[in-house]
Amino acid sequence: MTPFTTLTAIALPLIRDNIDTDAIIPSREMKGTGKTGLADGLFAGWRYTEVGGRVPDPGFVLNDPAYADAQILLGGANFGCGSSREHAAWALAEYGFRVVIAPSFNPIFRGNCVRNGIVPVVLDPAVVGEVRGPLTVDLMAQSVITTGGECHMFAIDAEAKAMLIGGLDAIDLTLQHRGRIDAVRAADRLVRPWVYL
Amino acid sequence: MGKTIFEKIWDRHLVTDLDSATGLILIDRILLHERTGSVALESLAAAGRPVAAPRQAFATMDHIVDTLPGRTDRTIMPTGTAFIEATRRAATAAGITLFDLGDPRQGIGHVISPELGIVLPGLTLVCPDSHTCSQGAIGALAWGIGSSEAEHALATSTLRVRRPGTMRITVDGVLGVGVTAKDLALHLLARFGSSGAKGHVVEYAGAAVRALDVEARLTLCNMATEFSAFSAIIAPDEVVFDWLAGRPYAPQGALWAQAVADWRTLSSDADAKFDAELRVDAADVRPMVTWGTSPQQAMPIGAHVPGHADVAARDTAESHARALDYMGLRAWQALDGEPIDAAFIGSCTNSRLSDLRRAAAILKGRHVADGVRAICVPGSGAVKAAAKAEGIDQVFRDAGFEWREPGCSMCFFAGGESFGAQERVITSTNRNFESRQGPGTRSHLASPETVAASAIAGRIIAAADLKDFVA
Repeated sequence: MTPFTTLTAIALPLIRDNIDTDAIIPSREMKGTGKTGLADGLFAGWRYTEVGGRVPDPGFVLNDPAYADAQILLGGANFGCGSSREHAAWALAEYGFRVVIAPSFNPIFRGNCVRNGIVPVVLDPAVVGEVRGPLTVDLMAQSVITTGGECHMFAIDAEAKAMLIGGLDAIDLTLQHRGRIDAVRAADRLVRPWVYL
Repeated sequence: MGKTIFEKIWDRHLVTDLDSATGLILIDRILLHERTGSVALESLAAAGRPVAAPRQAFATMDHIVDTLPGRTDRTIMPTGTAFIEATRRAATAAGITLFDLGDPRQGIGHVISPELGIVLPGLTLVCPDSHTCSQGAIGALAWGIGSSEAEHALATSTLRVRRPGTMRITVDGVLGVGVTAKDLALHLLARFGSSGAKGHVVEYAGAAVRALDVEARLTLCNMATEFSAFSAIIAPDEVVFDWLAGRPYAPQGALWAQAVADWRTLSSDADAKFDAELRVDAADVRPMVTWGTSPQQAMPIGAHVPGHADVAARDTAESHARALDYMGLRAWQALDGEPIDAAFIGSCTNSRLSDLRRAAAILKGRHVADGVRAICVPGSGAVKAAAKAEGIDQVFRDAGFEWREPGCSMCFFAGGESFGAQERVITSTNRNFESRQGPGTRSHLASPETVAASAIAGRIIAAADLKDFVA
């Protein structure tokens, strides 16, 4: 996973509440059993003029040339609700997004972002509605800075921050606790033998 | 201070605190399906990591498999076969029990796991599927995860979990006649919004919840993900223990008695504190239907479609207008005059035997309206067989319903079967998102009773109003 420290990039506004993972990557666009080949399907239902087609709808913000290099996505409340499909995070990452800023996130989607190097930034709805243009996201400082120098602080838990900054593999980290896991399981087996099939 | 049921389960599964907000949690059961499970298993194998406890992991085929009679590995979804074959190959290689096509136990994960006793009270269970919260109805801590987390759980028998807040929703009183757990779920969404639970573990409590049978509890907990909850849970009681006894993966004999004694401790203590508390009166709940493209956009059947001012606390003007435009509706209009094109009974929300029985009671001796395509998809092989034994399958067929093989089917469009653009569908499923059931399809969520009654009337009505319907 690519480590994240700080990023200055164009922010693309797609400020609708309850953008679900079916909208981020429609199920029909998840054609293979792998994690790649998903960027073209990102927001496919809104992005193209026809289902299954690839003719860009000029009315959709993702097709606006001004946002061609956007790496930050501004979304509405409850962003990433619905299906747990990690393909939503894979599609966003493959397209080039490294940050999603929204007033709130669905918990599963938020976790999927962190595991794929995308920073989920929670900011007040009024701020998300106002900030535009290039933004600087500093994960160390937990701040979003506008070109005008306005600074908005955000909260993120230590685990997510460490994983993102270090570009860490969660399984490797956890396997460092293997001895402790085995001991806890062995003790638990005596207390709850019916759990262990 | 006392503990909530969530805290009791959390503490027992805590391997170590990773930091002040995150725990390393033991995972007792892992459930996979061919849509998101295949990628997790293949990725794990590619990394050379074995599955730590394959006997505690299970896989089913539900998301992509066809549900038409006579189905095979070949799917209507163009690349579906690859998902089926990859899952079969990877599950077999990893030594994981697979409920494959043709296995009488095959079905929707959240239907078969309780049915087989895979989920039990007090367990932690994860599945790369958002509706895993359904299984909290058994008194387990069960939640949906991504594919990377599924890999993590398979490789380590643990997950790194940010500790969720706790919320209790107490439902006092008694649900009215003809008012179901589905209506209660939609009532809560309409009232508190689709961000209403904000990542909390929701404990459903109160007299009206206690009075629900296990299958109704599964329906209620199922839609907690629509509420943006981490998960939902209901304290297990004698109703659950009686229901679980003798199921294939449930403990037997002396172990059963030992387990039940343990499970009886799994309720929130009287002095336990929740981070948030909501309280509703069951008498306020009516048969519900959604009018928009988010599950929170729900209203009592017979009410008029709200104007923006009526829902301004939940919906922006933009999302309200967008939903109406997509659904082909106008503010303040009545919904019951809109003709429907299709009716669907199925999904992890409402495809269990009791759902089918209640729908069949309405359909018996009646026929769906002309021009309405009606489909019933039992949730599992066991549900299908039990329905057949009771003659319910024939009631559905005689009423003009298609009677299908178990699976998720047309709850969502994966590139295979779908409903048509602008088609209005009354559906017992859980999501009315844009294009969820087909490109441009207009989905109205409701209970199986409402779906059955509406299929007969050809328009959206409550079952209680069916007797007044004149064809």
